[in-house]
Amino acid sequence: MTGLERGARMDDLLQEFIAETRETLEAISGEIVAWEAAPADSGRLDAIFRFVHTVKGSCGFLDLPRLARLSHAAEDVLAAVRDGKRTPDTALVNAVLGIVDRIGEIVEAIDSGSPLDDSGEDLLIAALAPDAQPRAQAPTTPHSRAASRSVRLNVDLLDHMMSGMSEMVLARNELARRLRDCDVDPKVEAALERLSLTVADMRDTVTRTRMQKVDALFSALPRMVRDTSAELGKSVDLEIEGADVELDREMIELMRDPLVHIIRNSIDHGIEGPAERRALGKPKNGRLVVSARQSGNQILIEVADDGKGIDVARIVAKAAEKGLHSLPELAAMSDAAKLDLIFAPGLSSRDAVTAISGRGVGMDVVRANIEQIGGRIVLTNDPGRGLRIVIHVPLTLSILSTIIVGVGTQRFALPRQAIEEIVMVRGDAVRIDTIGDAATATVRGRRMPLVSLGQLFDLNDDAPPTLVIVSTREGDYALGVDTVLDTEELVVKPASPAVMATGVYAGKTLPDNGLPMLLLDASGIAAVAGLRFTPVVAASTEVEDVVPGVPALLFDDLDGCRRAIALAVIDRVEPVAVDAIRWSGGAMRLSIGDAIIPLHAVAAFGTRTEVAVLRLTDGESEMAYAIAEAIEIVALPAEMAPARGIGPIAGVVSIGGEQVELVDPHALFAGQPVTLASLPVCLLQVDGSGWMETFLKPALEASGYRCVTALAAGETAAVALAMEDTPLRETLAPVVTLRRTRTAEGEDDASIYRYDRPALIAALAARRAM
Amino acid sequence: MSELFLVAHIAGRGVAIAAAQVDSVVDIGEVVAVPRADAFVRGLAALRSRVVTVIDTGTALGLEPTPDAVRRAVITVVEGHHYAILVDSVEDVAPFARLPLSSGLALHCGWARAGTGIVERDGEPLLILDLAAVIPATIPAA
Repeated sequence: MTGLERGARMDDLLQEFIAETRETLEAISGEIVAWEAAPADSGRLDAIFRFVHTVKGSCGFLDLPRLARLSHAAEDVLAAVRDGKRTPDTALVNAVLGIVDRIGEIVEAIDSGSPLDDSGEDLLIAALAPDAQPRAQAPTTPHSRAASRSVRLNVDLLDHMMSGMSEMVLARNELARRLRDCDVDPKVEAALERLSLTVADMRDTVTRTRMQKVDALFSALPRMVRDTSAELGKSVDLEIEGADVELDREMIELMRDPLVHIIRNSIDHGIEGPAERRALGKPKNGRLVVSARQSGNQILIEVADDGKGIDVARIVAKAAEKGLHSLPELAAMSDAAKLDLIFAPGLSSRDAVTAISGRGVGMDVVRANIEQIGGRIVLTNDPGRGLRIVIHVPLTLSILSTIIVGVGTQRFALPRQAIEEIVMVRGDAVRIDTIGDAATATVRGRRMPLVSLGQLFDLNDDAPPTLVIVSTREGDYALGVDTVLDTEELVVKPASPAVMATGVYAGKTLPDNGLPMLLLDASGIAAVAGLRFTPVVAASTEVEDVVPGVPALLFDDLDGCRRAIALAVIDRVEPVAVDAIRWSGGAMRLSIGDAIIPLHAVAAFGTRTEVAVLRLTDGESEMAYAIAEAIEIVALPAEMAPARGIGPIAGVVSIGGEQVELVDPHALFAGQPVTLASLPVCLLQVDGSGWMETFLKPALEASGYRCVTALAAGETAAVALAMEDTPLRETLAPVVTLRRTRTAEGEDDASIYRYDRPALIAALAARRAM
Repeated sequence: MSELFLVAHIAGRGVAIAAAQVDSVVDIGEVVAVPRADAFVRGLAALRSRVVTVIDTGTALGLEPTPDAVRRAVITVVEGHHYAILVDSVEDVAPFARLPLSSGLALHCGWARAGTGIVERDGEPLLILDLAAVIPATIPAA
């Protein structure tokens, strides 16, 4: 974004602020008069309080220090009144109204660009003090209103216009169809052509009247975050994602205040100061991610920080203190309900009041605003690690830029936002392979899963000639279609439950040709097609910069395939005699000296007498992987096409233009019994009979426990075993008690019959998990 | 006390539909199929500037599928969504008294789900069909 554009956008924001303030002032003028007449009526207070609060919030990021100062001062006094610390009398009411008037004057002055001296503003603020002398009403010079360049319209009217527009398009189409059927005068055709152009143009305009990129909402954030964090002496990295998502203009307007409020809260209450963060082992800079995305028939706006989250116990205590709920009520609340208390009016999670996020007027207003547009707000609190606030707003009226694809005889729309590129299969840049039973596409060396829409929808079994590379939150894949027809701006509406139940559609729409069309849900298709992506954890940019390509060993496997494995897990490569490898105890094992380690081999050794093995280690246990030949060390590309199904292959990467399967060391080690050092310790509380050592120990060790009769220094037991008649020795570990009789003595007898091996193993595992 | 009912034919039977449930009766145009949807969803059709979900009434009631040639449909609104319920034919709208289902009447398939009572037209009993219940409930995909 250029500085000029940003400037223009700030101008837009300023214009909106002026229009809004003007409107609110008109709306609350009645309240002001009523309050003037009856200062003790605190019911009048809320509207005025919200007004000054909103003004204060807006001037923060519009950089209007005078307004900020006035509104903050008025808010302070009103808060004191609300909390019962001050009694509203005529002097106080007059002082507050003086400020409200002044705010109106300044706003008009900003709009008309005329200067307004700020003398008298100190007096206005001083008049708020409890001991201030009643001040004579200063005569105010009337300021001329600038002629307004904008009109604020009722959205219902726009809705009406929109549906009228759709009817008009359909009527035009009908007319065109009728005219095609008969010979018409070229003059009539030319007139129809002109009509079509006008209709298309009108449609664009009408559409634009309602829609705005969510960027309009996000563009003011970097400045605001910078200023707010600077003010608080914190450093915050802001990341913005999905600014291209389009949203109904009204929704954007209604989202502005809540979003600003939530972000201020995050920086003020959530993200810790640099020193505290360092002490907690967090990166010095707090991280704030603001993103917008479409999910099904909703737009999700998410604000996530890595701060300290919400202290639920504190909220509950405050709610009790404020008398919002009785103590038994609070005690009976679920965790979610307790967290929800943050939305209660007049409750702030923090005791200290700051200029930044105010006094809890916010969250109740935030929720009210969002619910007003049919949205909802969801909190995910992770105490100590951060708070994620997701605002869901309905997509119902949003317009999507889409690409129309054809499969068989049908057409579908795909949100353009999800599409990375479109490629034709013929040509050298694209290759389609089948790995196992999974189709993959390689586009200029980048491999990804392939889903044929024709096959998935049972419309066309042929190999798709066109690939649409789709990017979802989980991962990228290629969607095979017959043709890509067009791009179109569409009004998408939610489809009926019977249609949405398929999981592959995001909504329905009616394009210009008058035939209904379905909007595809790219993530839903991936899920229905069974693609599974390894979740990619987005790391902060600072970290990303220092991560080079992971080095890996490229090798020829015993079955002749070329595979790669991360270099870090390889201890060494060495040749071993095939004689040292045996199938014993249900697994392939390799003897090295006195040690026996598990071995993974994908094929038989054939006539070899010696085989190369990769000695793999995860730092604790060891295993071997038999290979044919090591080739070279390569850097793994960042892109990997995930494998289908589970197994020791993590996915497929492209190395030197060739498909190479990447071995998943995690799966290899996960499939092996663990070695001694990492086994859970089972403490046997022996009774001297030797039964435990001789009978029980081998059975437990076969189940993956290391048995000891006494703990070494510093060792802790995962679980302890004792006979029912042996006195329990002091142990921190959970205890499983064994009994000699086959049947339990009572219903509450939790002991296990000592020869009931499955029950014993299950009980040990269950206790361990506790 | 009588209320207005629309008398229609579905799967060869006469039924009565409460007029309050009927938005309009139309002949639907081209139907666009919805791949992977349940069989009772015939597809989507445009009705002026609105998109309606066309319900194959035969399949929805667990009977023979309604033939493709059937174009006449009763438009109804269920939970904010417009549906076109295909019907063989529509006779007229007339006031009838709503009577309870005769005891011992053994309705099967979707008739049992959607039948809520009967009306008598010149001695001929007609089942009252609740259009909202004609559409089988779907479990949304996770």
